[in-house]
Amino acid sequence: MSDKFTVEIITPDQSILKSEASEVTIPSYEGQMGILRDHIPLITFLRPGLILIKNQDANKFYVEEGTVEFSNNNLLILTSTAKDLENFDKSLINTLLQQAKKKFKDNNSTDKEKYIISYQIDTLKEISQ
Amino acid sequence: MPSLDDLKKRIKSVKSTQKITKAMKMVAAAKLRKAQERAEKGRPYSQKMQNIILNLTKSINDLQNAPKILVGTGEDKKYLCVVLTADRGLCGGFNSNICKLAKKNFKKILSEGKDLKIITVGSKGLDQIKREYEKHVIKKFSFKEKKQINFEEANIVGNEIISLFNQNEFDKCILFYNNFKNVITQIPQAQQIIPTELNKTNNLKEKVFSYEFEPDEDEILEDLLPKNISTQIFKALLENAASEQGSRMTAMDNATRNAGDLVDKLTINYNRSRQASITKELIEIISGAESL
Repeated sequence: MSDKFTVEIITPDQSILKSEASEVTIPSYEGQMGILRDHIPLITFLRPGLILIKNQDANKFYVEEGTVEFSNNNLLILTSTAKDLENFDKSLINTLLQQAKKKFKDNNSTDKEKYIISYQIDTLKEISQ
Repeated sequence: MPSLDDLKKRIKSVKSTQKITKAMKMVAAAKLRKAQERAEKGRPYSQKMQNIILNLTKSINDLQNAPKILVGTGEDKKYLCVVLTADRGLCGGFNSNICKLAKKNFKKILSEGKDLKIITVGSKGLDQIKREYEKHVIKKFSFKEKKQINFEEANIVGNEIISLFNQNEFDKCILFYNNFKNVITQIPQAQQIIPTELNKTNNLKEKVFSYEFEPDEDEILEDLLPKNISTQIFKALLENAASEQGSRMTAMDNATRNAGDLVDKLTINYNRSRQASITKELIEIISGAESL
């Protein structure tokens, strides 16, 4: 029996990815989450982080937010910000990083927002290294 | 009987109009392809989003305490109508069709003695609605200077709607837009987005999964529902953009053809009067020669 399941990443503009995967790691709101075949049906949302899709090769996507649904061995990721790491522009990372830092210092941000932004900053730093 | 010169001028002017409509048709055709592609690519997102919400609602047991955006305020008094139209004219019945449908609904709402509020997106719709319903219009958006509609624009409208909802300004929200079916058919549609319409699709999918939620249902719904509103608006905007170009293309195609017919008719007229004047001159010469 195969241990693969389908994974789809869809943004409002287009569908970015539809492929098979043996394991997907997503940055769920309450922590990293690894999904394998025959996971129980699940709905959760994402914090900023990296989606790691493992098949023969590994693919990484940067996301800021999104919703994830898993049912019938079909992983559906709806996000408006998915970016393939392979063609992620360095300068774009820096501008995003600066924006995030500025927002983090802003006193008007709520704790929840700060929590999310702190992850964004960490992820962006990780990418740029 | 117009003189030859007049006819000539007339033909020339019709021909130049034809050139304009032809150019507009070709521009619309090029834009249509892009817009259509975007609309089709955007469909899965909104569909899947709707699906998730449906699945979520099915697993909620306590509908009384569910978020208000999903189940409504329980009242049916105040309506918010969002009319999405184009910013440019010359696209056949595109804007009028949306407005016609919207006005029909406005009339119904008002005749039932309910409160009506209107938000317009796109300046052409505003122009048509202003005449009768100006005092109901509470907000107008226009993305004229934007070359391409992005998710951010939909978000602006969506956030406005949600903040109005949180201020208890309305009970029900209806979207009006044109659904792009194909190049010649666009169907004006009224879609209720608040509260989310559940009944239609509820019976189709019998299978109910028992989902695991992380963090929990309420929090996910709270996050997802506003997003869904923006998504639905975005979908409507994309459908509208494709419909607008399709509608303009057919309208301009018709105009070009009509102009061609008109040119033909005028040319026949022109040739006839030219021949008539030549015959007349000949008769004059012959009768002049005869009289000598």
